[in-house]
Amino acid sequence: MWSSNIYRFRQPLWPGDAYDFNADPLQHTHKLPLEYTTPGPFGTKHSTAAITTGSSVIGIRFDKGVMMAADTLVSYGSLARYQNMERIFMINNNILFGGCGDFADIQSIIRGIEQKIVEDQCNGDDIEMKPKALGQWMTRVLYDRRTQMNPLLVDVVLGGLDVQGKPYLANVDLRGRSHDDFVIATGFARHLTIPFIRSAKPKDRDFNMDEAHEMIKRSMQILYYRDTRNNSQYTLGVCSPKNCGIEGPYQVAENWSYAAGIKGY
Amino acid sequence: MFRNQYDSDTTVWSPQGRLFQVEYAMEAVKQGSATVGLKSRDYAALIALCRTSKEAEDSPNSPLQRKIMPVDAHMGMSIAGLTADARIVCQHLRSECMSFRHSYDTDYPVQRLVTNLGIKLQATTQRYNRRPFGVGMLIAGYDEKGTHIFQVMPSANVFNCKAMAIGSRSQSARTYLERHLDSFMDSTKQDLICHGIQAIRGALGNQDSSEFTINVAIVGKDEPFKIFNETENQIYFEIAKTMGNPVTSDAEDARSIGGMIDMMDDMLEHGPSGSGSGPALDTDEESNAGLEPRPQ
Repeated sequence: MWSSNIYRFRQPLWPGDAYDFNADPLQHTHKLPLEYTTPGPFGTKHSTAAITTGSSVIGIRFDKGVMMAADTLVSYGSLARYQNMERIFMINNNILFGGCGDFADIQSIIRGIEQKIVEDQCNGDDIEMKPKALGQWMTRVLYDRRTQMNPLLVDVVLGGLDVQGKPYLANVDLRGRSHDDFVIATGFARHLTIPFIRSAKPKDRDFNMDEAHEMIKRSMQILYYRDTRNNSQYTLGVCSPKNCGIEGPYQVAENWSYAAGIKGY
Repeated sequence: MFRNQYDSDTTVWSPQGRLFQVEYAMEAVKQGSATVGLKSRDYAALIALCRTSKEAEDSPNSPLQRKIMPVDAHMGMSIAGLTADARIVCQHLRSECMSFRHSYDTDYPVQRLVTNLGIKLQATTQRYNRRPFGVGMLIAGYDEKGTHIFQVMPSANVFNCKAMAIGSRSQSARTYLERHLDSFMDSTKQDLICHGIQAIRGALGNQDSSEFTINVAIVGKDEPFKIFNETENQIYFEIAKTMGNPVTSDAEDARSIGGMIDMMDDMLEHGPSGSGSGPALDTDEESNAGLEPRPQ
């Protein structure tokens, strides 16, 4: 039946293939025509809005390592859809990765990074990737995507122990902007928590681990009270010389007892 | 080595399982002047014997630098063989390092880069339309795993070395390095360089030493790759001279491990003969003087 193709049309290769009316019938490539791929007002709009999103991520660098926390909610617009998602990832023994923004993009980035880790292991030379190197790579990838007008809609916190055990904490955003500091926060946390953490920092020394932990607990509490896209559960990533891992999930210490005294609202 | 019917193409095996084109490429390395690489815990040094140019010694493209080529801040290499081929390899290594630094803001781990180089060079020994690179390299580097000296040959073999010498008359340099091998790991920077200079002076043999210049380069902990200038070369050369005359006798060379291997190779080629075909140390350089291109 298919052998008598007198019009020399390309045969369908899979169900639904025959409905590609814009394709050149004599061509075997499956490229979409330019009208469908050029970005712009009359062409395709690569999604400019994130679909499923994770809220803020907070990272604090202390004297011996870094600590990072994010709540476990992934929202679908204003719907609190996935309530038990870990948004802090342990990359290897030196690196923690926290993702905010479009969660599908975060998962895609993590898959790409895991490939890199496997390649590292295949070399068999015990050289592990360091946070600064991964941060530079993330900057290059995100900047390149923004230049192609097809951004990964994410805001990423990267931290860990760099060469000679020096703690390192950095942020890379969807435009490919990056900086490193002792406190990094994305999303609403940038507005709500960075000011009080900066003012609590001692001038002559770094935070120690307990102080950093207190800051994180207070930050997650503030975010749960004030950011409407947070829930009360969060996971905590810690990277110190002794160990590197994700702890939790922890519950925010919430106190609604003042609500009884509010009248006329 | 003599001509036979299996040596016209890289892709032809001989009945003994040899690739003659690859072995002929290794001969090109023996035509270049000697170079030595050795490492301690914190430093890796490259020492090369360069032929002095009679004209324009102070020109910007000083021919004295053709033997040692910097690759990156943490890595450099010295060559023996065809300079043109060496330049291609060097350019490849440099662009790999640069690209890695652009992506990751850190030094390319030396072992990984050299392994990838070996894979790239192997392709030239397996295609009918390519030939092996006619250059042997000693790559010195320093990264988070410490110091490295790697030897890369036209056969695409990559060896991780504690110390190595390649090029013409390098057997006496290898003998010297073998004898002092245990002292290198804990050497100071100065002692390491002096050992290297002593090793390469062995390669001069009884030749007129004004025809050659010794060039030194070093890389290591808190020390980006650097080729020494005239003055620094001279300082270390003077210190090394106080360590005595390193020229070994032919008999001692023959008893060393490398000397034995050379002697066995010769016997395989020429057959057991009593008439003066010892280790292949002497190339007749005067008769080659008129030929171009001149390997360095």
